[in-house]
Amino acid sequence: MANPSAVCNGHLHHHHHHQKQNNLLKCGLSKKNGITKGMKKNGVSNGTPYKKTFIEHFEQAPMYVAVFTFVGFAVGTIFGYLRDFMRAWGLEKRNIATERAQQKDFVPLYQDFENFYTRNLYLRIRDNWNRPICSVPGPQFDLMERVTDDYNWTFRFTGRTIKNVINMGSYNYLGFAETDVNALKTVTIELEKYGTGVCSTRQEMGTLDKHVELEKLVATFLGVEDAMVFGMGFATNSMNIPALVGKGCLILSDELNHTSLVLGARLSGATIRIFKHNNMQSLEKLLRDAIIYGQPRTHRAWRKIIILVEGIYSMEGSIVRLPEIVSLKNKYKAYLYLDEAHSIGAVGATGRGVVEYFGMSPDDIDVLMGTFTKSFGAAGGYIAGKKGLVDFLRTHSHSAVYATSMCPPVAEQIIRAMKCLMGLDGTTQGLQRVRQLEKNTRYFRRKLHEMGFIIYGNDDSPVVPLLLYMPGKIGAFARRMLERNIGVVVVGFPATPITESRARFCVSAAHTREMLDTLLLLNCEEFG
Amino acid sequence: MAAAGVGQQWVLVEMVQALYEAPAYHLILEGILILWIIRLLFSKTYKLQERSDLTLKEKEELIEEWQPEPLVPSVPKDHPALNYNIVSGPPTHIITVNGKECINFASFNFLGLLNNEKVKTAAQASLKKYGVGTCGPRGFYGTFDVHLELEERLAKFMRTEEAIIYSYGFATIASAIPAYSKRGDIVFVDEAACFAIQKGLQASRSNIKLFKHNDMADLERLLKEQETEDQKNPRKARVTRRFIVVEGLYMNTGDICPLPELIKLKYKYKVRIFLEESLSFGVLGEHGRGITEHFGINIDDIDLISANMENSLASIGGFCCGRSFIIDHQRLSGQGYCFSASLPPLLAAAAIEALNIMEDNPDIFQTLRTKCERMHKDLQGISGLKVVGESFSPALHLQLEESCGSRENDVKLLKRVVDYCMNSGIALTQARYLEKEEKCLPPPSIRVVITVEQTEQELDKAASLLKEAAQSVLN
Repeated sequence: MANPSAVCNGHLHHHHHHQKQNNLLKCGLSKKNGITKGMKKNGVSNGTPYKKTFIEHFEQAPMYVAVFTFVGFAVGTIFGYLRDFMRAWGLEKRNIATERAQQKDFVPLYQDFENFYTRNLYLRIRDNWNRPICSVPGPQFDLMERVTDDYNWTFRFTGRTIKNVINMGSYNYLGFAETDVNALKTVTIELEKYGTGVCSTRQEMGTLDKHVELEKLVATFLGVEDAMVFGMGFATNSMNIPALVGKGCLILSDELNHTSLVLGARLSGATIRIFKHNNMQSLEKLLRDAIIYGQPRTHRAWRKIIILVEGIYSMEGSIVRLPEIVSLKNKYKAYLYLDEAHSIGAVGATGRGVVEYFGMSPDDIDVLMGTFTKSFGAAGGYIAGKKGLVDFLRTHSHSAVYATSMCPPVAEQIIRAMKCLMGLDGTTQGLQRVRQLEKNTRYFRRKLHEMGFIIYGNDDSPVVPLLLYMPGKIGAFARRMLERNIGVVVVGFPATPITESRARFCVSAAHTREMLDTLLLLNCEEFG
Repeated sequence: MAAAGVGQQWVLVEMVQALYEAPAYHLILEGILILWIIRLLFSKTYKLQERSDLTLKEKEELIEEWQPEPLVPSVPKDHPALNYNIVSGPPTHIITVNGKECINFASFNFLGLLNNEKVKTAAQASLKKYGVGTCGPRGFYGTFDVHLELEERLAKFMRTEEAIIYSYGFATIASAIPAYSKRGDIVFVDEAACFAIQKGLQASRSNIKLFKHNDMADLERLLKEQETEDQKNPRKARVTRRFIVVEGLYMNTGDICPLPELIKLKYKYKVRIFLEESLSFGVLGEHGRGITEHFGINIDDIDLISANMENSLASIGGFCCGRSFIIDHQRLSGQGYCFSASLPPLLAAAAIEALNIMEDNPDIFQTLRTKCERMHKDLQGISGLKVVGESFSPALHLQLEESCGSRENDVKLLKRVVDYCMNSGIALTQARYLEKEEKCLPPPSIRVVITVEQTEQELDKAASLLKEAAQSVLN
């Protein structure tokens, strides 16, 4: 199990070169070196772009942990080959579905080695994902009890539910996933009035007055000229990035961007270049090279350059270095596309996202994108910015022409959540939620640090990845936590690098101090 | 010493002697070589990269001078797609568009389930129990028991082994295709395939071969060509997957694909079939099971059926159904499934209830078909407009018989027809496309949608109004 003293032997690993950055920003930053955990602070004074301390941790594990991790994977792989061999020779039962007899001579749909990882490594710990729940995904939920008789090949439900499991997995940052009758009053009314479907696209007969109301509200909330909403957050990226850029444009995308951003960038046909995660030197070098040398081979100038970043990165818990990116973008005349899927509502003094968190103005960002799934407890996405941008998207976005618009009760949920956040419903509940989330985040992170666990990410981000490293721990951690009535999310390869498997906690404003304490205590007991 | 000196001198003498005695060509060759070496020594060095030549000042100048295009081009105020029709209230049978009450001939509410009380009750119950959003993708506590129930029900309804649901209709086929077809694979797709299919194909990076709309001879020609290609390179052919992607009822043209012939081609050339049934699910077939029921084909012959729940089921989202062998793969490699939040439970509950209604009232499909045929007949003979689509298709197109030269003018003309109808109480819309992005852009048209809720008088009224509009605008 994790050894707290291991942390003291850990190597210090700064995720960005501090000295070089000093020269670039031309400010005197101090480097505190007394703390063994590799914290990095940007000074508050001397005119830096950061108005408050920006602390991020990305500690590297001690060497023996990495060795054991590789050994663990190697053992898993060897057993996998053994098992495959036994299955091929009929020594072991074949449980997977197979091709139809009539289609046996077709080209095989899947290559055997493609599924090797799925069959042999993922399958063993498959019971930790896709766990079905049967209640609202609030701070506590009810899980359906699921058992397997044949080592995870199939599952069956016993019919019992595990009640009141503490929920550390759902993206419920502000606690708007609730079933309180008063809170959902307007949603109930709108559902009765409008029904659940729309049956048409935005450009045809699918724009309802609810959409217009919602878009005005989103624009007011963010402090921009206009906004447009879409039915799915993933689709917002994959259908609008191709509308904004095309062949002859350059996309500079962060290493750890979400699949929807990568898909949108690929579908657009533009050239994509990747810069190291949150690394401003890497980004600046790419920008300079792009403008100086132009397009590859022809050396024509790029039509436009767009930088794709996220507000909070969901696997790392890091927050984008927005002030530096904005100054770079202004200097090199590039455009900035900010995906605030996790950060809207979750950071910032009043929940306006990373723009407010860094004290910047929304005019600095060209395209503000976000989703309503996480902090607002609904579904869908939005893009906001200047009126010209939104008008263009209304006419040229793939979603406006071919995809159904957002359903009215979901739109009403977003409206009521946003009004609550803005204080328009006459209460201070919104602000209270934001404050509570902030408090919970800081408390949780501080306590985990004190216990000696390796946590990634920014101190203010409600996404808390706790490193597990070894593949054996992934399954063990999740199962033990479930036995103790806590539902956690564990992630391994391929969503994360192979040696950095982690458990990811999502702190919510609805979590009480007791729930967090229960979790921390258990963590300490079991793994400390 | 003296002997060495003599020896040296002697070597020199020998050398000079050798020079005199050497053949001429030898001397010439050596002379040329020496001249060449001298030239090379004194010429400028050949630079492989000019990059290292730019000075810092020049670089700064380049950066200074570069001007990007504006992020988006400005949109003219009279762009036909800029000003949306705003619907106040639910888009049901009687719809209030831009303040005017009309009969709805534009929303794909084929079975009239949008306003159904039972569906709404089910959704309300779900809302009370689960709230609105699911706050997570399927893998991370976003799987609710309603999702599992809906998947089971859909699989049972369609008589397949398994079904998988997506939270957005467009993302369904656009995520399903790239999950199976990768770079190097071959996909034969109909020219009139909808945009979602085109995006799925683009994301898959496979070789796309378009065949003429519903032309089986053209498809067979392409398949034969591929076969001869395969014989040249059998090793590659053994690992190249092939697919045919067709729609049950085409959105862009309103006609159906010849499925029995496709099945024959499938087994003859060993190609898998992916069928997109967004418009035909809940419309075709005796029980609404789609085009396979319409033609009486064994559903296992189709590898994958994909449909969206936004038309007949009047919900949001989409599903794929087929054998477990095929569908299960999407649970780990369907991008729209793994990386996106799951469908809100109230929408899943509404879809389950809608399925219940479909199963309990199988006669609505025949009613819908009768109405479609009636409308199709009524719309014949409008001067200037021709009807495009099968007689039993609930989504028809009205195209101009003669184009007036440019697409822009055609669109304007059709808009006048639509406005005339809207002012008189029939809500219609033009079919919208992204002109620059479509592979095969269909001609401009007016979309006419027939639903079970429309009465015969309303159908007749709409048809006569269209005749009037065409008369006044197009003549």
